[in-house]
Amino acid sequence: MEITQILFWFLSALAVVAAVGVVLSKSPIYSVLWLIVVFFSISGHYILMNAQFLAIVNIIVYAGAIMVLFLFVIMMMNLNAEAEPAKNIYLKIAGVIAGMCLMIVFVAALAQSADIKVPIAKGTDIGLIKNLGKALFTTYVIPFEISSVLFLSAMVGAVVIGKKEQ
Amino acid sequence: MEIKWYIFLSVALFCIGIIGALTRRNAIIVFMCIELMLNSVNLLLVAFSKMHMHGMGAVFPQYATDAQLFVFFIMVVAAAEVSVGLAIIVMMYRNTHSIDINFLNRLKN
Amino acid sequence: MNSIQLIYLVPLLPFVGFLINGLARNVLSKSLVSIIGSGVIFLSFLLSVVVFLNVRDEGFIPQVISYFEFINAGKIKVDFAFQIDQLSSLFLLIITGVSFLIHVYSTSYMKEESAPHFARYFSYLNLFVFSMLLLVLGANYVIMFLGWEGVGLCSYLLIGYWFKNTSYNNAAKKAFIMNRIGDLGFLLGIFWMINAFGTVSFTDLFNPQTGIINSISSNSSTLVGITLLLFAGAIGKSAQIPLYTWLPDAMAGPTPVSALIHAATMVTAGIYMIARSNLMYTLAPTTMMVVAIVGLSTAILAATIALKQNDIKKVLAYSTVSQLGYMFLGLGVGAYTGAVFHVMTHAFFKALLFLGAGSVIHAMGGELDIRKMGGLSKHMRITYITFFIGCIAIAGIPPFSGFFSKDEILAGAFAKNPVLYVIGLGGALLTAFYMFRLLAMTFMGKFRGTEEQLHHVHESPSAITITLIILAFLSIVGGLVGIPEYLMSGGHRLAEFLNPIFAQSNNILIKNEIPHQTEILLTVVSTILIILISGWAWKKYKNYQTETAEETGFAKVLQNKWYVDELYDAIIVRPLKSLSVFLNNVIERSGIDGLVNGVGRGINYGSRQIRLLQSGQVGAYILMMVIGTIVLFIIQMFAK
Repeated sequence: MEITQILFWFLSALAVVAAVGVVLSKSPIYSVLWLIVVFFSISGHYILMNAQFLAIVNIIVYAGAIMVLFLFVIMMMNLNAEAEPAKNIYLKIAGVIAGMCLMIVFVAALAQSADIKVPIAKGTDIGLIKNLGKALFTTYVIPFEISSVLFLSAMVGAVVIGKKEQ
Repeated sequence: MEIKWYIFLSVALFCIGIIGALTRRNAIIVFMCIELMLNSVNLLLVAFSKMHMHGMGAVFPQYATDAQLFVFFIMVVAAAEVSVGLAIIVMMYRNTHSIDINFLNRLKN
Repeated sequence: MNSIQLIYLVPLLPFVGFLINGLARNVLSKSLVSIIGSGVIFLSFLLSVVVFLNVRDEGFIPQVISYFEFINAGKIKVDFAFQIDQLSSLFLLIITGVSFLIHVYSTSYMKEESAPHFARYFSYLNLFVFSMLLLVLGANYVIMFLGWEGVGLCSYLLIGYWFKNTSYNNAAKKAFIMNRIGDLGFLLGIFWMINAFGTVSFTDLFNPQTGIINSISSNSSTLVGITLLLFAGAIGKSAQIPLYTWLPDAMAGPTPVSALIHAATMVTAGIYMIARSNLMYTLAPTTMMVVAIVGLSTAILAATIALKQNDIKKVLAYSTVSQLGYMFLGLGVGAYTGAVFHVMTHAFFKALLFLGAGSVIHAMGGELDIRKMGGLSKHMRITYITFFIGCIAIAGIPPFSGFFSKDEILAGAFAKNPVLYVIGLGGALLTAFYMFRLLAMTFMGKFRGTEEQLHHVHESPSAITITLIILAFLSIVGGLVGIPEYLMSGGHRLAEFLNPIFAQSNNILIKNEIPHQTEILLTVVSTILIILISGWAWKKYKNYQTETAEETGFAKVLQNKWYVDELYDAIIVRPLKSLSVFLNNVIERSGIDGLVNGVGRGINYGSRQIRLLQSGQVGAYILMMVIGTIVLFIIQMFAK
């Protein structure tokens, strides 16, 4: 077994375990921490697949900015574990069963897909910032600009919604 | 690695996200589960990108760039979504002193 | 310029008058309304005279003027077209002429109405005349039917003119419904005609050279069926047995309206229609027989009822029914000219009698019961004299107009079958009796009303009396256009004029020519009998005293109009009502309502159950979505 394969299985297992941790933790704080673990493992996968730029962005944006935002909100509300009342047990079981069923159906549907090898860690420069930046500012310049407008409106929206009512 | 393992991994993460969204009542955790689902899709997109870089699937190498930029835009949109969504949760908490999504049942009437 | 081309103005003018008076009824003053209402009819009348003179020219061929395509569906093609020939031009003249006089009369008679209602009244009158003109001018059965329906509608509107009174409204509804029954027959007849012949145009049907009618064998079942159905329409519109009861009830409308309905428009529509389709009827002797029998029995039945009526307008109404019976008798025995002639003379003297009755009612302050009148001749000279002339005319005493026309019909009946003649003559004697009874009771003897009424009695204003005088003049001389052959060779100018219309039928009909001596003898006998009866009635009722005793026996039956209304009530109205009640209570409530409500309740219940799924909780919705996705994927997998 090559080192990359070992890394793949390790990162996959870590991601799944951490994801389960997100769902099962009582306290939202632990959920956030588990989610950060998931993001890191996914970033690891990105690096394995020569998507270095995305790996960095994922860590900076998700694990850094967004998760910090979550933490801020949680701490601001001062929530503790007991704040969450027990949900209807039947609905919970139904939710779990439905999710499992969905997974089985997906797997059953996609197991027939062509067996294509994805070579890991064979260097190309597609995932590098130089290549992606070139594409972003030529082919994708309009979506890029529009996304900046989206950010602006999201910012305005967040301020308007979060503002204390007079 | 074969592409199917990436598919299975991302399906697993996606379904865990769904189960979380279905079973938890804490709005913030539901929100985080949604982020998890987004990330699982991102992972799959990157895997397809890699698939197009080399080997049998590499019919159109430019798709590799496209897929990665797609992921990039998903992240952009997710960031915007999170900022607005968290603002909504904050406001909801301010009004009801709870973040139980079962309080948000106005759709009933 | 050919004046025939202006024919469209004849119906258009009354329609314009209807629109102006109807739409601006709140604005126009009463005098303006009278001028517009009567003026448009007068203009129509003038045009009709011009057209009539044009038509009278030698060698006139019927003209069809088509304006636009009215119906074009599949093989059926119906034009909006007018046909001008001798028959329609004569009817134009009668309708517009008599209507004009009635309009003038109305300006005075209705002047106590408030201005908007006055205008409403005149707009209805104009619409009435318009419909009748449309009926007469139409070049095919569909256009005729349009006018036919319009006339029915207007009669409804005018009979129910005082719509605040429930019984008047009921009378209006009765007239409308009875007419509808007949109209259905007419409509079915048209459908059958379209089915059998593929056309409804008079030219296509009756043209002597190219008409479809030439290829149809005599008395074929199709022809008998169509003519019977058309006759059903005529029965409704012209108030024959069994649909005549609406006409006496139609007295609920203002008196000039009664005059209009009875004399110039509406009831003559049936006569016109059969005269127009004379060829078809001639080829269907079975239907002719039915027409003659229905006409004759109506004539007798209505005359007997009129004997015992005490309402001045009811007597006249039954006399109209009876006279219409005579016209149908004339049509039924093939005396088409006689029937049309009688329409004309009847229009004059019946308008005269009704307007005279209106004048009396006006003077008596709305009193209708002739038992409470009497001695009016001293107070209302002109009305009395003109009414007297009308009575002589309708009774058939020479040389007044009714004599000539009735005599012609009876001669036709004699030629067909002497039995018809004898019964018809009996009816004529009854007519003479009840008319002179009416005259004597109204104008002779002592006044039997209240003091107040006596004080109020006066001669009517000039608009009324002048109208009466004109009509009385027409009633006297109107018969002179149809002097029988045995009195004056070539004297029957009307027959000559109408010859192109009826020539073909007359050729087909087997006529038993009766010798002139017989004819003279019959005329003399009938005249003497009529004069005797009239004198007897006059003498009997001249010094009428109010009787308090209840009528008994046969007289009671007559007074109650043979209990026909009660009979209809028992055999048609009540069963229908109980059927409706049954349908309402059982079928409607538990059947249809139950079904509708059941469906509603079921959906309501179902939705209440399904509503529980809509918990409003986001988690539940996501669950649904996930289940939906699973199902879709499974379907996708198994569909491969």
